[in-house]
Amino acid sequence: MSILVVAEHDNRELKPATLNAVTCAMEIASYLENPAIHLLVAGHDCAAVANAGAAIAGMGKVIQTDAAFLAQQLPENMAPLLRELAGDYSHILAPASTTGKNFMPRLAALLDVAQISDVSAVESADTFVRPIYAGNALATVQSSDQVKVITVRSTAFDTAETDSDRVPITSFEFCLEQDLSRFVSENLSVSERPELTSASVVISGGRGMQNGENFMMLEKIADKLNAAVGASRAAVDAGFVPNDMQVGQTGKIVAPDLYIAVGISGAIQHLAGMKDSKVIVAINKDAEAPIFQVADFGLVADLFKALPELEQAL
Amino acid sequence: MKILVAVKRVLDANVKVRVKADGSGMELANAKMAMNPFCEIAVEQAVRMKEAGQAEEIIAVSMGPEACQEQLRTALALGCDRGILVTADGEIAPLQVAKMLRELVEREGAGLVILGKQSIDSDNNQVGQMLAALAGMGQGTFACGAELADGRILVTREIDGGEQTVSLELPAVVTTDLRLNEPRYASLPNIMKAKRKPVEQLTPVDLNVEMDSNLKTLRVSPPAERAAGIVVQSVEELVGKLRNEARVI
Ligand SMILES: Cc1cc2nc3c(=O)[nH]c(=O)nc-3n(C[C@H](O)[C@H](O)[C@H](O)COP(=O)(O)OP(=O)(O)OC[C@H]3O[C@@H](n4cnc5c(N)ncnc54)[C@H](O)[C@@H]3O)c2cc1C
Repeated sequence: MSILVVAEHDNRELKPATLNAVTCAMEIASYLENPAIHLLVAGHDCAAVANAGAAIAGMGKVIQTDAAFLAQQLPENMAPLLRELAGDYSHILAPASTTGKNFMPRLAALLDVAQISDVSAVESADTFVRPIYAGNALATVQSSDQVKVITVRSTAFDTAETDSDRVPITSFEFCLEQDLSRFVSENLSVSERPELTSASVVISGGRGMQNGENFMMLEKIADKLNAAVGASRAAVDAGFVPNDMQVGQTGKIVAPDLYIAVGISGAIQHLAGMKDSKVIVAINKDAEAPIFQVADFGLVADLFKALPELEQAL
Repeated sequence: MKILVAVKRVLDANVKVRVKADGSGMELANAKMAMNPFCEIAVEQAVRMKEAGQAEEIIAVSMGPEACQEQLRTALALGCDRGILVTADGEIAPLQVAKMLRELVEREGAGLVILGKQSIDSDNNQVGQMLAALAGMGQGTFACGAELADGRILVTREIDGGEQTVSLELPAVVTTDLRLNEPRYASLPNIMKAKRKPVEQLTPVDLNVEMDSNLKTLRVSPPAERAAGIVVQSVEELVGKLRNEARVI
């Protein structure tokens, strides 16, 4: 029985979320007989990614499908490619990123199987745990489908090692012409900081920050801690910062060693995205704010006074 | 063009929910239910397109218990023209919802289907993508912008790295993210008018869909509680704790 992991990448770099998905695959493999784990790198001019994938611990081989129409990994292209490969696998895994969440349900429907979203623990080869109700409950689900199509919650699994002896890279040719969907453009945020979902320290601002300029105060602290900067939905909706900074049920899920919430009330939808952080700090002027219920260290203070002090003290 | 919107009845987003003691599900008896917030955004998008002269008719579909009538009436009060209720007991799996929607899309000849990107109860984020696959349509998921242009639809999507725009052939499926629009409230006269709008009742059998899912929920349990924290009196004390006790900086 083999497991296929779909690599998360931008044609140049393998994204760390892939390594969490591989660890999930290894946990599943421990319940299978003669298991093998393969990595699919589907993209355009993505040889560097395939090379990086070949050194991941636990990998049997890397399958590379390199074609112009796969450059953006549009689901209308990814799902048919994966359907073509699916016959060889008992499990197909991808990170629960916006890319994986886009093509995996499409694949599942093509295979006429259920899809299992955001898996956070493995109980056996067919039984998995996943959060529901914004993380207010954990559902244990069992699948009797021939192929289990799974997206993996990255924060719930360690990253696999990347210094193994290289495994072979095989090329899989696949052609498809469709006009259902065409890529038009992309507007990506550029940042020198660590990626929000893999940073070991995250400092996030909420509506209490009052405007986008004030996020500079968080940036300065982030510089000192090598942290990523996040935000609540209210801060994104108000236009203080771009959408890709939103942490929460419907934004990004983070679980850093240290999460600092500043001017964030702690709505369940926000907690859903950060409450598995190791240490949580809350800075809020309202002592009754629900964020204090999950904080290891709470500071009841005006953020405009506390942030400059914090920057000084670091 | 006809637009089909899907609306789901879920626990109100503001209600704190608990797991049942026997682990069979959530404590939902007498809880306040509402239209899934992402579905409200889907309805709003459809209504705006109709107001802009881009659609002639909006059909709202809901699936679940008889009580979904409430959410359908809300959709009708917000500007949908008619409703379809597919009554079914218990939880309906995303693949089954997608199969029923596919059948309805075909029957109605819908030119566009708008759904929420996820429902805030099961948090699956699957139905739109599955429907698109089954119906052979393109999908514009997690949309923060949607515009008709030259017989196609341009969808701007919120992705992990920022935003992406795709152009889809019509008919297509769009799933909404939070920032696509700000839904309106229904006015009292419109709520009254909605009572007279037609709602067709169907069952999964009418749509030839088998309701059995190969994914079973064995149990539901509460997440681990976090240990109680402490309140620090100053930034200095905070930094001291983070350095010396928690050792995270
Ligand atoms: C379907 C749905 C999905 C959602 N998804 C998400 C999601 O993914 N992520 C998310 O974050 N939210 C999400 N939300 C929104 C969520 O419910 C809250 O509305 C949001 O998190 C509130 O953001 P906030 O804490 O910044 O703002 P508020 O709740 O307004 O809190 C602001 C806080 O700042 C404090 N404050 C103000 N001024 C100061 C000051 N000078 N010094 C110190 N403290 C100050 C206040 O005391 C207050 O506690 C979702 C909601 C819905 C319905």
